[in-house]
Amino acid sequence: MRTPLVAIEGLTVDFGHGPQSSRAVDGITLEIAAGEALGVVGESGSGKSVTWLAALGLLPAKAQIRGSVRLDGRELIGAPQRHLEAVRGKRIAMIFQDPSSCLNPVHRIGWQLGEALRLHRGLDRRAADAEALRLLDQVGIADARRRLGDYPHQLSGGLNQRVMIAMALAGQPDLLIADEPTTALDATIQAQILDLLRSVRRDTGMAMVLISHDLGVVAENVDRVAVMYAGRLVEEAPGAALFSRPCHPYTQGLLAALPELAGGRRRLVAIPGTVPEPGSVPTGCRFAPRCPVADSGCATEAPPIQAFDRQHRSICHRRIDPGFSVWTLPKAAE
Amino acid sequence: MTPLLEAVDLHRHYAVRTGRNPFSAKALLRAVDGVSFRIQPGRTLGLVGESGCGKSTTGKLALGLIPPSAGEIRCESEPMPAAGTAAWRTLRRRLQMVYQDPLGALDRRLPIGEQIAEPLVIHEQAKPAERRERALSVMEAVGLQRHLLTRYPHELSGGQRQRVVLARALITEPRLLVCDEPISALDVSIQAQVVNLLLDLQERLDIAYLFISHDLRVVRQVSHEVAVMYLGRIVERGEAENVLAEPAHPYTRALVSAIPTVGSKRERILLGGDPPSPANVPPGCSFHTRCPFATAQCRSEIPTLQPLADGRDVACHRVHETPLRLVA
Amino acid sequence: MLLFATSRLLRAALTILFVMTFAFVVLRASGDPALLILSVDAPPDAIAAFRKAWGLDQPLWQQYLSYIGHALTGDFGKSMRDGRPAIDLVMERVPATLALTLPALALKIGIGIPAGIYAALHRNTFADRMTMALSVAGFTMPSFVLALLLVLIFSVTLGWLPASGNESPANAILPIITLGTAGAAIMARFTRSAMQEVLGQPFVRAASAKGLAWRRVISHHALPNAAIPTVTIVGFMVGSLVAGAVVVESVFAWPGIGRLLVSSVANRDLAVVQALLMVIAAWMVMANLAVDLAYGWLDPRVRSAVGATGH
Repeated sequence: MRTPLVAIEGLTVDFGHGPQSSRAVDGITLEIAAGEALGVVGESGSGKSVTWLAALGLLPAKAQIRGSVRLDGRELIGAPQRHLEAVRGKRIAMIFQDPSSCLNPVHRIGWQLGEALRLHRGLDRRAADAEALRLLDQVGIADARRRLGDYPHQLSGGLNQRVMIAMALAGQPDLLIADEPTTALDATIQAQILDLLRSVRRDTGMAMVLISHDLGVVAENVDRVAVMYAGRLVEEAPGAALFSRPCHPYTQGLLAALPELAGGRRRLVAIPGTVPEPGSVPTGCRFAPRCPVADSGCATEAPPIQAFDRQHRSICHRRIDPGFSVWTLPKAAE
Repeated sequence: MTPLLEAVDLHRHYAVRTGRNPFSAKALLRAVDGVSFRIQPGRTLGLVGESGCGKSTTGKLALGLIPPSAGEIRCESEPMPAAGTAAWRTLRRRLQMVYQDPLGALDRRLPIGEQIAEPLVIHEQAKPAERRERALSVMEAVGLQRHLLTRYPHELSGGQRQRVVLARALITEPRLLVCDEPISALDVSIQAQVVNLLLDLQERLDIAYLFISHDLRVVRQVSHEVAVMYLGRIVERGEAENVLAEPAHPYTRALVSAIPTVGSKRERILLGGDPPSPANVPPGCSFHTRCPFATAQCRSEIPTLQPLADGRDVACHRVHETPLRLVA
Repeated sequence: MLLFATSRLLRAALTILFVMTFAFVVLRASGDPALLILSVDAPPDAIAAFRKAWGLDQPLWQQYLSYIGHALTGDFGKSMRDGRPAIDLVMERVPATLALTLPALALKIGIGIPAGIYAALHRNTFADRMTMALSVAGFTMPSFVLALLLVLIFSVTLGWLPASGNESPANAILPIITLGTAGAAIMARFTRSAMQEVLGQPFVRAASAKGLAWRRVISHHALPNAAIPTVTIVGFMVGSLVAGAVVVESVFAWPGIGRLLVSSVANRDLAVVQALLMVIAAWMVMANLAVDLAYGWLDPRVRSAVGATGH
């Protein structure tokens, strides 16, 4: 395998100090190759966003970060602000869930795009204007010249997300982190934005981390998937393998809980219980209290990594045959 | 069979200003523009569409929470009494609402037991001692443990709060629940729990649901029938299985194709642009500006709902020219 | 923008008319100036003559119309006490008041805003807690208490500054500090919370994610947004430039608008009180108008707000 573009190793994020601290991310190890699309799936509190905010130094000061995040071999955790600023937007760009509130309400779209272009590409005003037009055109915004003079509130959520993507492209980054980029958007607009991300990646060859709670969104848009639960990685595999032969009970449960359009009206497989509150996570395997195949060992000891093939690993005490769903066991049917 | 609830040609219009200043011309925002449907006892009608299509407004109209600009709601063939009257309040016991945001719908200063029993106090049903018993019994029905009775909303998880909201709606033994995006704020693994709960409750208590959601996958699981709305009008309506498995209206087809799925890929229709504003509804078929199949007729004539052989209704001029294929 | 300004201007005019009417009604309803000025046991024909001279014998609506009519031309009548035009009496007091309130405003803005920004950027540090503790002390203390405290320290004990009067610029120092302290405290709290709210907005994180230096995120992204709510409070303070020193002027015996107001109300000098209220109201309305326009200038969302009404 080539040197990874980004290598995360043992990343741990705690919020607060001492007994009140809560662990949002607990020992994540992940790699992304150049040009690759990685999906990160998890529910709220899984640490899927915090991981990447920590990598870019975008968390508030009360967050304590340990472990290592290397970009082309160069350490980002604990790196000086100036180094991080040179990485943000330029090497690694990020787009977020609610595009309309991620753009500054008092500045025109053109100004905000121009700011990024001047910063990352050193363009003068004229050149930045021309490039801003080209970028808006690239992200499929019609009537780009007029839009440059608009304020974010004059644009729909979908258009604002296109602007955010244009702004992310301004630095010609090697990696785009898309944090729930379509969650706040309507279905048909979500389809447009996902389509746009595909075409932008085709044009630029940049790598992408697509963070989503929606397995469907991830399934259609990435090469490899990492599933997170309560701050830990639970399963990692190429997309096809993960969706056809999931090994971790949590992944299996998520897939089974996903309603299908085909077939009749039916009960869904529901994972019982709730996601643990940060600060009161179980010792041992964090999914154990909700898992239908958990035994006493699961609750107390940290689960080992089970490798199924070169790229498919599940972090679980039980070795579950790929493709066999634990949720079909009588015990799982409540 | 007499429908439990019937909406007849409902309209709800708002006057809005078109410009920035208070003297600019007013335009008519057609939030709901001629919507009719029936809900049979113990059945579920799923109302789907994107934001701004008028589905939430339709839900409020159905309960008489806001008066229609035109059209009417009939409950078991009787016209809906005016909001605020004694007759309406009596009826409201039997028609309840469940909102999207459980934390916003709950009072953070009251223990949940009191909040669940609150409708009984409002409707002056049951004595205080009996209220507690009734609260405990609906809590059990929605899967909340007894000891939670004295807890406060912030002490509960999102899924539990949604159960509290459901319990509160159920305590007056309603015949119909209007659920407006009841699970959108919940985590994926919790959504399935609540969907299953809704199905169980319907089976046991024979409640009808008007289930409003933007999530077609969830609507598919809970609904017997679905109605798809676009810009204040129903564009397709029929058995859920038929409509979502083989959508006929181009908008429904686009919506279904926009659902990201794990597994096999179906037809893909990518719509361009954003939906027009309901204050500026295009003439003719309001979908023609984004429809890949629109013709001159679509731009001028408003299509009405026409029945198809399988019993569904579709408002599309070209629906009989099936199968319409996208020219690549 | 022009339409936005016009609609605000119309509203301002209506407000002034409302204040004029209100002043007229309240003053007529609260006692007979003839009896008050001439005293109750004045001879009846003297009272009748006084009433005739000041137009008080006419029906109320006629008095109202002529009052409005004259006011529109800037004529508020003559002082019932010394016969000089009321508006002149008022206007000659304005500079004295502004000599206190303008430096005080500079103090409020110059100390309050930077302190608030600093506190917001160093949240939960010692400096933040100190600033906020001082600010609470500053705005909870009534201004007459602070004034007396300052007099006690700087005039009585230390003997550095005069306690009252207006003979020299040194006389203005204590009143200015008194006025400025409470305002700066309010300003600091307001700015801190506005800034903190903005710092929590997603666009601040997005601006950082863009690669901008923190300094630029603050100066170009956070501050312009925090300025929007802060303008409200600055506008409020500008609005009180004319009439905001009543208590302080009384304590320090400063011959400004405030003292004139107190004495002419006590004397039932209708014309002067009306003129005073008009000047104060007109100034406040203008300050409000300036705030509204500043909003439109700072916040593009206000400029294009579309009003929706029920049907």
